[in-house]
Formats: sequence, structure tokens, C-alpha cells
Amino acid sequence: MYDKIFPPKKILLPNGKTVLEKRTRTPLILILIGIGIILSCEFTNFDMNQLIDRWDEFFVIIGEMIPPNWESLPDVWTPLMDTIKMSLLGSLLGSLAAIPVAYCAASNIVCSNVINTIAKVFLSILRTLPTLVAALIATFIFGLGTLAGTVAIFLFTLAYVGKLLYEQIENAGMGSFEAMESLGMTRVQAFRNAIFPQILPNYLSTSLFCFEGNVRYSAILGYVGAGGIGLLLKEGIGWRDYASVGMILLVLVITVLVIETVSEYFRKKLV
Amino acid sequence: MNLVEKQLYAAPKRYWYYGTLSVLIILLIAWSASTVDLSNIEQNGWSIAGSILAGIVTPDLELLFTFNKQGVAYLLLETISIAFLGTIIGSILAIPLAFLSASNIVPKPVAYLTRLLLIFIRTIPALVYGLMLIRVTGQGPFAGVLTIALISIGMLAKLYVDAIEDLDTSILESMTSIGCTTFEKIRYGIVPQLFSVFLSIMIYRFDMNLREASVLGLVGAGGIGAPLLFAMNAYRWNEAGSILIGLVILILIVELSSNKIRNKLIRG
Repeated sequence: MYDKIFPPKKILLPNGKTVLEKRTRTPLILILIGIGIILSCEFTNFDMNQLIDRWDEFFVIIGEMIPPNWESLPDVWTPLMDTIKMSLLGSLLGSLAAIPVAYCAASNIVCSNVINTIAKVFLSILRTLPTLVAALIATFIFGLGTLAGTVAIFLFTLAYVGKLLYEQIENAGMGSFEAMESLGMTRVQAFRNAIFPQILPNYLSTSLFCFEGNVRYSAILGYVGAGGIGLLLKEGIGWRDYASVGMILLVLVITVLVIETVSEYFRKKLV
Repeated sequence: MNLVEKQLYAAPKRYWYYGTLSVLIILLIAWSASTVDLSNIEQNGWSIAGSILAGIVTPDLELLFTFNKQGVAYLLLETISIAFLGTIIGSILAIPLAFLSASNIVPKPVAYLTRLLLIFIRTIPALVYGLMLIRVTGQGPFAGVLTIALISIGMLAKLYVDAIEDLDTSILESMTSIGCTTFEKIRYGIVPQLFSVFLSIMIYRFDMNLREASVLGLVGAGGIGAPLLFAMNAYRWNEAGSILIGLVILILIVELSSNKIRNKLIRG
């Protein structure tokens, strides 16, 4: 279509042949992006003047946070531990549950299109569901508290690790799997002994990475009542007690930093 | 004892290592299992779960197919706009920060400080930014745009830095040797190496921002989150179902197309 409106440039080579150089599509893409930006500004009431007038309000709040309220540290401790426990348990169970689902979704292990498709669709729908929405639904079923948060994190981990795992299974070398099957092992046994050792390091590393992200996510789950440090954050901002909010954020940053460093060390060792 | 058995028994025995590791993991599970407090479960939890499922299966079709300001289509469009504009602003803001934290461009202490700042920016939850920015702009999608822009900076800059540190400097050296000016070196030596990688990172982040934007409504920063929250809190599961269906379909479409574009960008 585009080539018809702007015909490709012809270049005559010294040996008499002609080469067609397609016209660049950059202007078209730029125009589309420009239209997108203008439309988005319309839809979102983007207002530069307001931003210039009032941007310092944001830093007023940060300024109030800067000497954090050290006295609130003991109150932060239990919710913080809850947050870590939630993400730990959710990630552990989620990555364990991901193995059978990924097994069903891998087309080279389970040779049934129906089961493959069901498992894959299940994983992608679960993955698109935002964690916060999952947590909200979980609070309706499991009541307010950490259990709902654990369930939300479990679902997210299941979907994320499950997807990466089945891709790894599908890319794994099938030689030893076939050899073991020909020796008379069942498919599950052959999977356990031939495929699983191949994907194990990657699987552990993905699970650790997911755990890192989950600590971050679970910090906001309390906002919808799913336990953890989010509830304190919500209260602090609601009461405009920014010094306490600063304390919570500081503790959170340090925790995430420590967990990230430890897990990065192990992930480097694994892969 | 044949060769195979010999090889089998020659494997190093690390019972202690595996033993301590297992004990550690079991201890961690036991410690974290205390979050499972079954006493709090709602008595009618399963009936609620049933009605949620029923609501999702029988969505409010009227809401799904109306095109005024309350319809799902408009809310999705607003969510896309928030994510799109936020991604563009964020990715522009992230470029200088990324160059400032690349250790092959600036001195080590500067790079280290910028990295620390980026970790701070990345760790503060999106909803907190949302609540802070509502003070600046008032409730509405504008606050959502600014929030998305701020939260994308952290991850974008981190991924940009990886690309910048992988720059092939031999190209720059050969350009110096044939007498290129600094501007020419940047235009023809650096930009072509980084452009497609940056673009692919931006598209990836747009994908993530769409999910973020869909929950920002919970704090009043526009998008589809607020109607979803209201519908759920009022137990109008049909409405919640139609919103969720719209959201899931949109995210799936965007994910598929973004994967395709990124594959094309990376592989040329």
C-alpha cells in the first residue's frame, strides 16, 4: 500500500542492474505518533500550564517526608514482615504450581492440542489480570487480610513463571527424553529425568526474579485491604502524616534493595 | 562395575549442601505460613466466588457496547491514552538519567549516585505517586499520565543503561580516526546503535504501563480502575465482568502486537 503511493527509488548499478530502495516509513510513523500524542492529550486533559504552575506541590510533599518519623519504626515492623511473608509464600507455592500447568502447556510433552490450548489460554488470561484486581477479588472471597494478598501473588507468580517455564520446556533438547522413553519410562518419568534437569537453573532463576518483583507489588496490595504495608501507606497518606509515609518508604526501599542484591547473587550463580 | 556405573558413583556427593538448603527452605515456608489465617475467611466466600464467576460469564453487554463516556470502550481509550502519553514522557525523561548512570560515560561516583536515585524511584509504589500527584493536578486522568511517566523512569533507565554499556566503542574510534566531528559521531556512531533497542524497550514498557494504568483509577487518577472498583464494591458483578473482559482483551491484543513489533525491531 505504502509502496504504491511512494514508489521505491531505483538505483542503477555500474553493471547495468537496477536495485529498488524502499522509501523510508519514518515520516508515516512519526505522523501516527504525533496524532496519538494529540489525541491522548485531549483524552487526558493534559495541561502544561497547570503543570508549570503547580509542579512544586509534589516536592512540598517530598520535603515533608525527608526527616522520616523514626518513632513510627516499631509500627512498621509487623506489616513489613507480613508483606515479605506474603510474597515469599505466594511465590513459593505459585512457582511450584506452575510446573504441572507448564507441563500441560508444553506441546512437545503433552501431545494434545486441546490440553495445550486450554493451559496456554488459562495462563495468558491469568497474566493479564492486574495483581491489584486479583487481590481485590480475593478479599471478597477470603476476607480482608494477608491470605487474600498471598492468593493474589500466588496467581500472578503461577501465570508469570508458568509462561516462561513452558517456553523453556518447548525449547529444551528432546534427545535424552526420547532415549528414556524408548527404554520404557513413562512420559512423566522421562520428563522428570531428562527435561527437568535442563530447565532447573532457569526455572529457579525466574522464580527468584518473580519473588523480587512480588515484594515490590505486595507493598501496595494492602491498599485494597489485602494485608501488608500498603494499609499503613494508605492511612499515612490519608492523614497527611507524610513523615511516617517517608519512614515506610525508606524501610521498603532498604528491604527491596537487600532482597534484590541477595537474589541477584544467586541468580548469577545459577545461570 | 562397568563404565556407566563408575561414572554414576563418581558424582560428587553433596548431602550436607542439599540438606542445609532443604532445611532452610522448609524453615522459610514455616515462617511465612503464619500469614495463612483461615479464621478470617468469609462464611459465604464460595457463594461470592460463584456470583463473581457468574457475573464474568454473563457480562453487562449494554455497558460493553455503548460508546458514550460511561461505556467500556471510552474507558479503555482513556486508559490507553494515559499509558501512551505517560510512556512517551517517561521515556524522554529516562534518557538523561540513563546516560548519567552509565559507568562507561560518567565517573563512577556519579553513576553510583544516579543508580541509587533510580532504585528509590523504582521502589516507591505507583499508588503512592498517584496520591501525591493528585495534589498537583487534582483528580482525573492527567494525574494518571504524570504517575505513569514517573514510575516508568526507573525501569526504563535501568534497561537503557544496559544498552548504553553494551555500546561498541570501536566504531567511535574508527570515526575519530577518519576525522568525524562530535556531532557526527553521535548521529552516525551512537544513535543507530541505541535507537532500535530503546524503541523496543519503550514498547515493552508501554505494555506494562497499560496494566499499571488500569489500576490507577483506584486512587482517582483516571482510567478504567475506578468504575471497576465501584462495580465490585457495589457487588454489581455483571458490570465488573464486562469491564474485566474488555481489559483482558485489550491487554492481550496489545501484548501480541507489541511482541511482534519488538521481534521485528530486534531482528531487523
